[in-house]
Amino acid sequence: MTKTIGFIIAAAGILIYATILLVGVPYLQLKDQTIDVYNMPYPNESEQRGHEIYVKNGCVYCHSMQPRDKNFGPDAERGWGRAAVPSDYAYDYPHQLGTMRTGPDLHNIGSRQASKDWHLVHLYQPRAVLKNSVMPAYRFLYEEKDSDKIERNDVVVKIDKKYNKSGKVIVAKQGAVDLVNYLLSLRRDFPTDQLKIFEKRKEQ
Amino acid sequence: MLPIIPILLIITFLVSIAALLILIWSLSKGHFNMGPESAKILFANDEVGSPEDPTLDDNQLKSFKNELVQVKTYPETSHTDERKNSFQEIDLSTYRVTKYLLISSIFWLVLGSIFGVMTSFKFNYPDWLTNYYGLTFGVLRPLHLSSVIYGWLSMAGLGVSIWMVPRLVKTKLRMELLAIVGTHIWNFGMVLGLTALFFGFTDGLEWLEFPWAIDMLFVISGAMIGIPILTTIKYRNVGHLYVSVWYIGAALVWFPILFFIANFPGVHFGVEHAIVNWWFAHNVLGLWLTPFGLSAAYYFIPKILGRPIHSYQLSLLGFWSLALFYSQVGVHHLIGGPVPTWLVTLSIVTSVMMIIPVLAVAINHHMTVWGYFRLVPKSPTLLFIVTGAMFYTLTSFQGSLQSLRAVNQLFHFTHATVAHAHMGVYGFVSMIMFGSFYFILPRITGFEWPKKSLIKWHYIFAVGGFLIYFIFLSYGGLIQGLEMLDINIDFDTIVKNTRPYLYARSIGGTFMMLSHFIFAYHVWAFFKSKNKNYSLGRI
Repeated sequence: MTKTIGFIIAAAGILIYATILLVGVPYLQLKDQTIDVYNMPYPNESEQRGHEIYVKNGCVYCHSMQPRDKNFGPDAERGWGRAAVPSDYAYDYPHQLGTMRTGPDLHNIGSRQASKDWHLVHLYQPRAVLKNSVMPAYRFLYEEKDSDKIERNDVVVKIDKKYNKSGKVIVAKQGAVDLVNYLLSLRRDFPTDQLKIFEKRKEQ
Repeated sequence: MLPIIPILLIITFLVSIAALLILIWSLSKGHFNMGPESAKILFANDEVGSPEDPTLDDNQLKSFKNELVQVKTYPETSHTDERKNSFQEIDLSTYRVTKYLLISSIFWLVLGSIFGVMTSFKFNYPDWLTNYYGLTFGVLRPLHLSSVIYGWLSMAGLGVSIWMVPRLVKTKLRMELLAIVGTHIWNFGMVLGLTALFFGFTDGLEWLEFPWAIDMLFVISGAMIGIPILTTIKYRNVGHLYVSVWYIGAALVWFPILFFIANFPGVHFGVEHAIVNWWFAHNVLGLWLTPFGLSAAYYFIPKILGRPIHSYQLSLLGFWSLALFYSQVGVHHLIGGPVPTWLVTLSIVTSVMMIIPVLAVAINHHMTVWGYFRLVPKSPTLLFIVTGAMFYTLTSFQGSLQSLRAVNQLFHFTHATVAHAHMGVYGFVSMIMFGSFYFILPRITGFEWPKKSLIKWHYIFAVGGFLIYFIFLSYGGLIQGLEMLDINIDFDTIVKNTRPYLYARSIGGTFMMLSHFIFAYHVWAFFKSKNKNYSLGRI
């Protein structure tokens, strides 16, 4: 009997040891680093809803949000931005770092592609702007309307007739607008040397 | 700012010293003096030297045995009746709960592979089924993962374990009713979880998509299945616990800790959330699914061949080193990411150290079959299990290699990682589960498999489909990785160049799905035919 209990304690002990190392210590270490150090604007309501839609649609399965240092690959040269730092994720819950690049990294998509119209077309029909794309179309985020029923607040998608054979006008639902607003807000292009200055100041 | 690194160094140093002292102490106490006798614990009194495979008929088994005996190292043949089930009474006590768990797991397997194939075809036809949220790629993918990990493999692993443990401790299963209720709650949790995902309620983390409130159902039902197993171990009738029991017992202790910490809402943040996410995701494989696969392999390889495991002491070394190293490898999923460097280094070191438990297991599994490889295709159950054991060795070495920075730079973020993950959960764990099912079902019911040729077709489709899947996707990932490191190739071209390999993946996946249809049909026919053969199992 004592042997069985000893076994359970040993097995659980090993995992707890690993948990302290891999969960506990990073928690303490990163708690200090993940703060609003460079006045990154807090996401507005539409951007917050956009983040939710990003999460719900599983964008993370194909898009990473963690450009690597130039020693690891030409991420910066592709225009994906500088290497990510913990502070970049201060407002992200749940995190969406991602480990796949079926599509490009989106950490700085807002500064790389700042056109709202481009994003609205791309989400409706990715192949209208990128002919080799394997990204699914997100048609459920849009609705078709007769051209005479368009209201003043409707966000009309400027899509080529080739990709819209319905003869109707494609209007973005609120979800698509929020998602695009969120994507446009993804600009982590603030230089990290200012972070270091901040940390030094804090230590003093 | 905490002096993290010095503290870590001191802790690690103290832990190493403590581990060394424990090792010396246990050597002096004779805890490692487990000789060949302990390895025979999985046999009934007269079973060593008599092969056992309930998928073979009398004549096939006779010729199987005759060929075995011709190999010099085969133990002295016993004269027991190989068709008889020496553990009949114990199997009677596990019959109901094992049956529920196994049938449920097959249901989730079929559903999960349909989701998987749909997910794969979404890459080939990205405009297919895009009018409804629940059928978009980002929903089908977690439906696939959750069905196969928490439905298929977890329930299959629990079912095989709850059947195996009472046999290994030579007593009847205790608290069967609790485990049966637990099984139903687990299924209920699966239905709730998948429905929630379908309608857009997700935690948004890979491997942890189920809303955390529903996850608590799995913690409860997991405990309801785990407690009867642990209680049965307490009432054991053997002096020594066989290595399979170690793996299962430890997995049942580990999983609740993992699942609870990773799902705890509102605590984790930013990069730390990502670290917890991957620490969990890799541990589900390493400390939950791998123990199920390895414990079944440690049981069935010797059992089917009628020959104890190659080196029993080595198996214990393999167990403890797996526990120590596997629990720390998770952060190699974030190499190059915005995580502390020491943490990544720690995970790389432990990933490489995984070579020790993998070698220990590989030597044991393959050396037990050594000399009998020619006979493996003649026993359908052994064929599945030996294939699974081989994929374990392969995928583990691949994993250690891919954690090295230089290699990781190439394969990280590519489709090759998906291929690698499938080698672990499909090539290794699922194959071993298939083999185990073919052995267990006749034992608990006393029925014969009605169409034995279907087992062969299941194997051909599953392994063939998987090889197509793995080879093409790995190669496509390699190309993708090389091109992503080359700034002269623009991203659109890279995507274009991966497309042929994504087609091949859909073809391979379709074959795998068809093999599951064959499997599910065969199990259905098995229960329907009620093809009684009393010598096999239950009366």
